Amino acid sequence: MSAENLESMVNRRYAHGFITDIATESLPPGLNEDIVRAISLRKNEPEFMLEWRLQAYRQWLEMKEPTWAHVHYPPIRFNEISYYAAPKSDKDRPKSLDEVDPKLLETYEKLGIPLHERARLAGVAVDAVFDSVSVATTFKGKLADAGVIFCSFSEAVREHPELVRKYLGSVVPRRDNFYAALNSAVFSDGSFVYIPKGVRCPMELSTYFRINAANTGQFERTLIIADEGSHVSYLEGCTAPMRDENQLHAAVVELVALEGAEIKYSTVQNWYPGDENGVGGIYNFVTKRGDCRGANSKISWTQVETGSAITWKYPSCLLRGENSVGEFYSVAVANNRQQADTGTKMIHIGANTRSTIVSKGISAGKAQNAYRGLVKVMPQAHGARNHTQCDSLLIGKDCGAHTFPYMEIKNPSAKIEHEATTSKISADQLFYCRQRGIAEEDAVNMIVNGFCKEVFKQLPMEFAVEAQALLNVSLEGAVG
Amino acid sequence: MLEINNLTARIGDTEILRGLSLSVKAGEVHAIMGPNGSGKSTLAQVIAGHQDYVVTGGTATFNGKNLLDLEPEERAREGVFLGFQYPVEIPGVNNAYLLKAAVNARRQHQGLGEIDAFEFLKLAREKMAMLGMDTKFLNRGVNEGFSGGEKKRNEILQMAMLEPKLAILDETDSGLDIDALKAVAEGVNSLRKPDRAIVLVTHYQRLLDYISPDFVHVLSEGRIIRSGDRTLALELEEKGYDWLREAANG
Repeated sequence: MSAENLESMVNRRYAHGFITDIATESLPPGLNEDIVRAISLRKNEPEFMLEWRLQAYRQWLEMKEPTWAHVHYPPIRFNEISYYAAPKSDKDRPKSLDEVDPKLLETYEKLGIPLHERARLAGVAVDAVFDSVSVATTFKGKLADAGVIFCSFSEAVREHPELVRKYLGSVVPRRDNFYAALNSAVFSDGSFVYIPKGVRCPMELSTYFRINAANTGQFERTLIIADEGSHVSYLEGCTAPMRDENQLHAAVVELVALEGAEIKYSTVQNWYPGDENGVGGIYNFVTKRGDCRGANSKISWTQVETGSAITWKYPSCLLRGENSVGEFYSVAVANNRQQADTGTKMIHIGANTRSTIVSKGISAGKAQNAYRGLVKVMPQAHGARNHTQCDSLLIGKDCGAHTFPYMEIKNPSAKIEHEATTSKISADQLFYCRQRGIAEEDAVNMIVNGFCKEVFKQLPMEFAVEAQALLNVSLEGAVG
Repeated sequence: MLEINNLTARIGDTEILRGLSLSVKAGEVHAIMGPNGSGKSTLAQVIAGHQDYVVTGGTATFNGKNLLDLEPEERAREGVFLGFQYPVEIPGVNNAYLLKAAVNARRQHQGLGEIDAFEFLKLAREKMAMLGMDTKFLNRGVNEGFSGGEKKRNEILQMAMLEPKLAILDETDSGLDIDALKAVAEGVNSLRKPDRAIVLVTHYQRLLDYISPDFVHVLSEGRIIRSGDRTLALELEEKGYDWLREAANG
């Protein structure tokens, strides 16, 4: 591999780096009980929600920032972050796309997400989160006919408080970890989904997240409940504009699958990774967890992670119900000075629970990519089975791949398999392809896509194409 | 077609080619022979444009174009094919996918559209039948888990699909049992054409029992020290290389 080529990859600029000029109405930086109250007040929340936030805030104060992940960054000054930003139009929430700020729609255009068109053509309902507030929701009617609730989290708090009260924090408790507690105190908005008993959601649900206000942490909260025998596929994708300061992002996603229900959660994440020196990228500290609460339920996580300066993320499954199934399919790309510490936890609690982990880590430039996975089999989980496959691909000589598999097996009947490989895109492979007339960059894409095939095929079709394109862009010039 | 004049090249600090000249015309089959370390494989790699080899002097043209100015993929698209001595494995990348991408890269260069998927499959099946290859190889990773013989057949399959103007086959016979050698040789013979030149790089004359060359060159210490016809190979088989080297040095 030639040093020049690696260099040019390192110097590639983020394609989605632009800023939309929309006046934002932010709270002053800093965090205290008044800020928590102010957030709750702005959202017209019921009393129980404010109480919940305040308790989370108090618990957060007692907690320490975790340091165990294989990532390095300067200390985050939590008092210099503004915990709430909303587009100006928030006061007068638009009832339809016509009422949406044209500037905002322009942003979506630039990102290649023409909202109405996309929604109409693809039959996807889009709940777009711009900064912290949902501004446009489509296809409500069709979903309502099926009895599906798909709305912003704020709306759910007001319209369906009984569901929120019952399930919020039931998968990720407030004090689960430092960032989950912080999110619980100050979460701004996010998505809420409820699929009633026996209903197969008539369309794939999709949300586009985008961070846009400078120095504003964004704290989404997503809660998806699949009632007995229901089925839902949820797609999450994000991009972000170029920024100088690091942006903290600490989301919490909770999934609940009751008996016989199935949730498929797919993510394509493309946040600003920082410049070639790692300055200005997003810090992505996310808690994602699914609870297979009922027998024969299934939760499947698929993620393609290409962005962020630092990713700290472990979509996990609690396999409580008998015969429940957890899956984790992941492609994590780290380029330049990106750091990714990602993986999953599969906690086998019920009998005959099964889990599959397929993790593909790609490192290029000076990036560090770590897979951290826990497979835990509780004493009562007779006949639990897990298969883990963990592959790393290195591009260039300055990057690193690390694997930290943890296993805690407390039931002797468990069957656990772990396979791991590390490979390198070698100069010989590239020369071979080039000698066959294939340009270097196409050769890299071909090899990378081949490496990720198993994960891509888990994604819904339209997303798979997008993911592949995204990967190609992320590794543009990553050859030698 | 291929004109090489006084070519010198090194890898790292080691000079390997030291003033090599070679002229290959369309329709000809040349065999490059020589002891280990004489520069045979280097010559093949330099013609294909491997980045580890630095050309320090001399010229190389291909159909009038300066070969040394072209990137490896450009040389390939112009019709230069290298059958590798050690074809690399590319796990996860479908053999058919690579083959199709290669065919299309060449077609694009020729101003043709992408090959139709059915046409591609039909063509690939035909060529595989000719080489005695099972079509299941199309759906496997490139050379992944292939035996030595399978890898070499796969190289000839690529050559058959790409229809190069100049094919350099680097030690295509090495590591093959007699059946595989015959199959590969038959494949190569069927690809002999008046508008195509073939350069066989080989250590042993065994391959030449099956593919009869028009010219044989002996390479030693980075230079061609003797050229002749097919009988030179037989002479080498009998006497080894030393007498030639002594003659050259003396």
